[in-house]
Amino acid sequence: MKPLLAMLLLAVSLQCVAREALPEAADPVLEKRVVKLTSELRCLVCQNQSLADSHADLAIDLKNQVRAQMQAGRTDAEIRSYMVARYGDFVLYDPPLKMTTLLLWTGPFVLLLVGLLGLGAYMRGRRRRLADAALTPGDHARAQALLRGGNDKP
Amino acid sequence: MKRFLPLGIFLVLAVFLAVGLGLNPREVPSPLIDKAAPAFRLPQLQDPAQMLGTDDLKGRVWILNVWASWCVACLDEHPILVEFSRQNVLPIYGLNYKDKREDALAWLGKHGNPYTLSVQDPDGRVGIDYGVYGVPETYVIDGKGVIRYKRIGPVTVQILQEKILPLVRQLRG
Repeated sequence: MKPLLAMLLLAVSLQCVAREALPEAADPVLEKRVVKLTSELRCLVCQNQSLADSHADLAIDLKNQVRAQMQAGRTDAEIRSYMVARYGDFVLYDPPLKMTTLLLWTGPFVLLLVGLLGLGAYMRGRRRRLADAALTPGDHARAQALLRGGNDKP
Repeated sequence: MKRFLPLGIFLVLAVFLAVGLGLNPREVPSPLIDKAAPAFRLPQLQDPAQMLGTDDLKGRVWILNVWASWCVACLDEHPILVEFSRQNVLPIYGLNYKDKREDALAWLGKHGNPYTLSVQDPDGRVGIDYGVYGVPETYVIDGKGVIRYKRIGPVTVQILQEKILPLVRQLRG
């Protein structure tokens, strides 16, 4: 009986810890816009989460900020530049192409090119090796014998 | 040649990883450096009837330190700030970020008050304007009201000696 009671109490206490849902905008269309924009913005506190996913205090503040600005009639682009002015390009999951982000954007293609060049060099070398390995008349006769189903006796 | 290829690849990888280990991913370069410090006018912590704004501080070099009583890392830097304020080199203004006034006052009473003044930012709006995401954060602002330096995380003696003080000397000519 006692463990059962303890478990029950534990379950109840866990429910008390759970947070309240965020105050959503009454307008579902607006709320959709909030979620869409905040999922393109990085949470600075837990850097691998978007603002939409994060429950960090700052993320909640910023989400409220986004919602308030949308209610005030600001466009997505305006809100995005508001965030960038404060937190830098780092908040964007889709950073703009600039001198500082050039390597980020071109890096994968550079790597692909290096890989293709390496593959090309290897294929050329392989073809040369295969061409070099010409059969001697003895090898030829042995191969013929094998193909006819005879025993392999050199 | 071929024998050394794996070694070469390993060395390149090792160099990249070693550099990567030395970087701090939490330190995001601030776009606010060399930009005008966002203006604010907020009630003072000690006397909320009085306001303090960025306009009042024009014409001098000052430090803005973002702190809170709930912030654990703030305690790390606090003795350094208290000691620094005793030297009277430049004024430190505190932005009490998302804090309760009573808690903040009690915290200062317990640990000492290095601030010329602190202002209250209970909902963190001014903090957002300054791009705050990890308290403590520290800004050096010049006489024209331009942010010249930003430190995310606790100020250390080393940072004070090697970054902040030389910058202040340079700003004062």
